[in-house]
Amino acid sequence: MTLQEDTKLLSVHNLGCIRGGRPVIENISFDLPGGKALVVTGPNGIGKSSLLRTLAGLIKAHAGSMTLEGAEDDLSVGQQAHYFGHADAIKPALSCRENLKFWQTYYGHPTRSPYQAMIEVGIEDLIDLPAAYLSAGQRRRLSLARLLVSYRPLWLLDEPTSALDKASEHKLEVLMAEHLIEGGLIIAATHAPLGLVDPLRLHLDRNLASEPALDDALSEPTAH
Amino acid sequence: MSAMGALFVRDLKLSIRIGGGALMGVLFFLIVVTIFPFAVGPDLNLLARIGPAILWIGALLATLLSLDRLFQADQEDGTLDLLLLGEHPLELVVLVKCAAQWISTGMPLVVATPLLSLFLNVEPVGIAAVTATLLVGTPALTLIGAVGAALTVILRRGGLLLSILILPLTIPVLIFGVSASLGAVTDPAPFDTPFYILCGLSLLYLVIGPVAAAAALRSSQE
Repeated sequence: MTLQEDTKLLSVHNLGCIRGGRPVIENISFDLPGGKALVVTGPNGIGKSSLLRTLAGLIKAHAGSMTLEGAEDDLSVGQQAHYFGHADAIKPALSCRENLKFWQTYYGHPTRSPYQAMIEVGIEDLIDLPAAYLSAGQRRRLSLARLLVSYRPLWLLDEPTSALDKASEHKLEVLMAEHLIEGGLIIAATHAPLGLVDPLRLHLDRNLASEPALDDALSEPTAH
Repeated sequence: MSAMGALFVRDLKLSIRIGGGALMGVLFFLIVVTIFPFAVGPDLNLLARIGPAILWIGALLATLLSLDRLFQADQEDGTLDLLLLGEHPLELVVLVKCAAQWISTGMPLVVATPLLSLFLNVEPVGIAAVTATLLVGTPALTLIGAVGAALTVILRRGGLLLSILILPLTIPVLIFGVSASLGAVTDPAPFDTPFYILCGLSLLYLVIGPVAAAAALRSSQE
């Protein structure tokens, strides 16, 4: 595991994207240092998911720039990010182990074995079961285990607690805290409190779409 | 194992476990080939003459049958998003997926061709020629099809549109594949000239296919 603690900095400057001819997000700027989390809140349809997908590079940014300093130069922000969205990206015909093993080999930078990752999310007894037999919550946890098998500094989490029970939510909190301690970055779009310690907050609101409300903490460099 | 190796093995595993790929393609091929003699009648000379063309049409349609799921299955469950976040160029991802697709659906057609040629009274040299042209030509069909599959990836019923988009583009492959096969059995016509052109077409689509399909996939994410 390559840990370069405190050296990473995600700088997003005036980011904007257009979908269906309509600006969905505009003028988003923030600096997120390693070891910190950013919680994106706002009403439905305000562009939280679009912001995460733009950061991942899945939607083309029509304006602005984003860079992840202190990481590998020739990779884009998205190539250094785990994206945990609404879709689970699980193949029902493969076993849990095969699903995780594939993503580990595909993304490289292995950290935990699939079995260890499944212990972390508490479903290790299902490891050789075809993923088709998992419940919605178990699928969600298997999908979460994908973030643990390969190291990527930035986690982009879109409603990470959906379909998770209280115990799993707590596990997610622990895993997020560990990732931050290792110097990682987390950007989470959520309605639920995530139990993050002192996260930066970005509230998207329609009235302020051109000037998103940013906490003071965002503009000043955060000591870590 | 490398990332691309893992993707190749995963796609092969999925096509074997979900089924429908190899066996359905070959069965469809069989049905198309056996239905022709019922339509044109039991004229063995006529069948021998149009046999290569029938085999090529059958292989073309069978190839199209499974192509619409090439990217759609990955798009629907979110896998495509995550594949895009890999450290490898999307063009390479497309190429590897096409290779796995061809192994699981195209190659069984080539293997079945000698047997199905017997149904159509194609002579031995012709059987060898048709099999050789299909071996070289079906990868081109898969690669062209990948472009169509990428363009229709977000459409619910993209299969029909895929066929309409792709079939015109397969005409050159069809022309040279069939004329090489016929060249092997009819005397003045050559086998090697159209066969080399067919090889050239396959190589051309090997370059164009992944680039065009990757561009289509990227724009579909918007």
